[in-house]
Amino acid sequence: MTATANTTPVRHTRVPTPKTAPPSNRLRAWATRAPLLPALIFMVAVTQLPFVATLVISFFDWNALYPDARSFTGLGNYSEVLTDPDLRKSVLTTILLTATVVLASLVLGLALALLLNRRFKGRGLVRTLLIAPFLLVPVAAALLWKHVLYNPEYGLFNGLLHWVGGDSAAQPDWISNTPLLAIEASLVWQWTPFMMLILLAGLQSRDPELVEAARMDGASNWQVFRHLTLPHLRRYLELGALLGSIYIVQNFDAVFTITSGGLGTANLPYTVYQSFYQAHENGLASAAGVLVVIGSIIIATFALRVVSSLFREEVSR
Amino acid sequence: MRNARDKGARGKGIGLGLAAWLAGILFFLPIAWMVLTSFHSEEDAATNPPSLAAPLTLDGYRDFFGTGGGASPWPSLINSTVASLASTLLVLVLALPAAYALSLRPVKKWTDVLFFFLSTKMLPVVAGLLPIYLFAKNTGMLDNIWLLVLLYTSMNLPIAVWMMQSFLAEVPKPVIEAAQIDGARLPTILTRVVAPIALPGIAATSLICFIFSWNELLFARVLTGVVAQTAPVFLTGFITSQGLFLAKVCAASLVISLPVLAAGFAAQDKLVQGLSLGAVK
Repeated sequence: MTATANTTPVRHTRVPTPKTAPPSNRLRAWATRAPLLPALIFMVAVTQLPFVATLVISFFDWNALYPDARSFTGLGNYSEVLTDPDLRKSVLTTILLTATVVLASLVLGLALALLLNRRFKGRGLVRTLLIAPFLLVPVAAALLWKHVLYNPEYGLFNGLLHWVGGDSAAQPDWISNTPLLAIEASLVWQWTPFMMLILLAGLQSRDPELVEAARMDGASNWQVFRHLTLPHLRRYLELGALLGSIYIVQNFDAVFTITSGGLGTANLPYTVYQSFYQAHENGLASAAGVLVVIGSIIIATFALRVVSSLFREEVSR
Repeated sequence: MRNARDKGARGKGIGLGLAAWLAGILFFLPIAWMVLTSFHSEEDAATNPPSLAAPLTLDGYRDFFGTGGGASPWPSLINSTVASLASTLLVLVLALPAAYALSLRPVKKWTDVLFFFLSTKMLPVVAGLLPIYLFAKNTGMLDNIWLLVLLYTSMNLPIAVWMMQSFLAEVPKPVIEAAQIDGARLPTILTRVVAPIALPGIAATSLICFIFSWNELLFARVLTGVVAQTAPVFLTGFITSQGLFLAKVCAASLVISLPVLAAGFAAQDKLVQGLSLGAVK
């Protein structure tokens, strides 16, 4: 991951320092750098070293149940992982899950932010109600959806159907029928408030006189939204999408709790977890982990560019 | 003419206000239902169609706290508290000097350093999980709460450095320079000038670190067992909950979410700013 940081082109605030600094200057440079070191060293030790170890293990054929049979296989694990239909499926699942949840929660969050950006009675209370899903412990939220809402026998959803449709109402088994959708719905419910909060902050940072002026000129609601609000919100939408993706790509709690990765819902984090925690295939799990990292680097390079452009605006302000 | 238009606009305003209320209630409904269910007896909780009028009882909570049989959640709640508080403290100790160096003093290539921190956040947890597990197993650190403290610190440190950097950057430089000219030394500047301005942001950062640590499941699930089990791991015991345990599941989920709910509601605004790494003000 260090590579991504190094290739990021952000060098706009270079401090001019003479090439041959006198000793006292060099000393001072170290003094200014010193407070950074503990955090840097800690991060390298706890996040980069284990990854290097993962990289090394990924070249070994190593099942934890047969430690003596450990042997070097080169890229064997990688070809096995890449040809494994289950793993390819989990790549697809991860992409689908992340894209669906991020897009749906962004759109819903935008609608809610627009609603909450106007004055009305009890706005503070409504905002608090809306934030609550985001503040539930993720496992608790997943349990809520699994048992309290989706359960075919006594869940709220089927209870409501029963209420409305009487005794003959359909009583679907939500998780078995549409497992991935069931997970996505719970995650959209949890992440929409987050998107709403970011977009609401964006809306409130907008100059109200600009909208006023546009209205004076006879602009319709849609025109204001299309030509003023949306361009202004662009960076906030990007930020929401980026942060949402970082967390949802790595989602483990919902998949683990609602379906335990069954019914074709295993995403990459769950698959890696399973292959070493249950199947004890250390080498394979590591190779899969490295592939997850490569995928993340591709996303992260793009993502860091977005953040750095936001950041540049911030610095130049 | 103008009056009529105002009236129309007001009517529409009320309509949109109602729509916002409806959305709020809809999003909160599952949690409201969870609260109600947690106060029902297991028999009443498991009826279909659901009964709103069922008598209220504390049995779900009694069962959860182990006084009605079953494992006590207290050790896991204490573990979560220790892990979250200790790692938040460690994050502060490491992140404050780093953020200070990055925001107030000219460190060469400071943005690169910032982006390094952020990039570690994009490293999937699973990429390092196995070596950490093997390390813990070989050194006898498995099922040890202090290993979680270290890992939670690494999980939250990048966010904390970013957030605090942006909060500390809000301290106006001229004020600091003026204090320096007046002969104030570093400790004085920090306590008298920097702290008052940056303190709310630092508090928000701590809160977010606490919440993330409290919520974490994957590390805790893999690296702890009986002794160091955290509250979310305790909750996973309900995953295959069959039959009549609905009230207990709801009570457990709510009690374990309570610290996060309380902290989050208390700091709604700072939470947004923090979660968006200070980019949204």
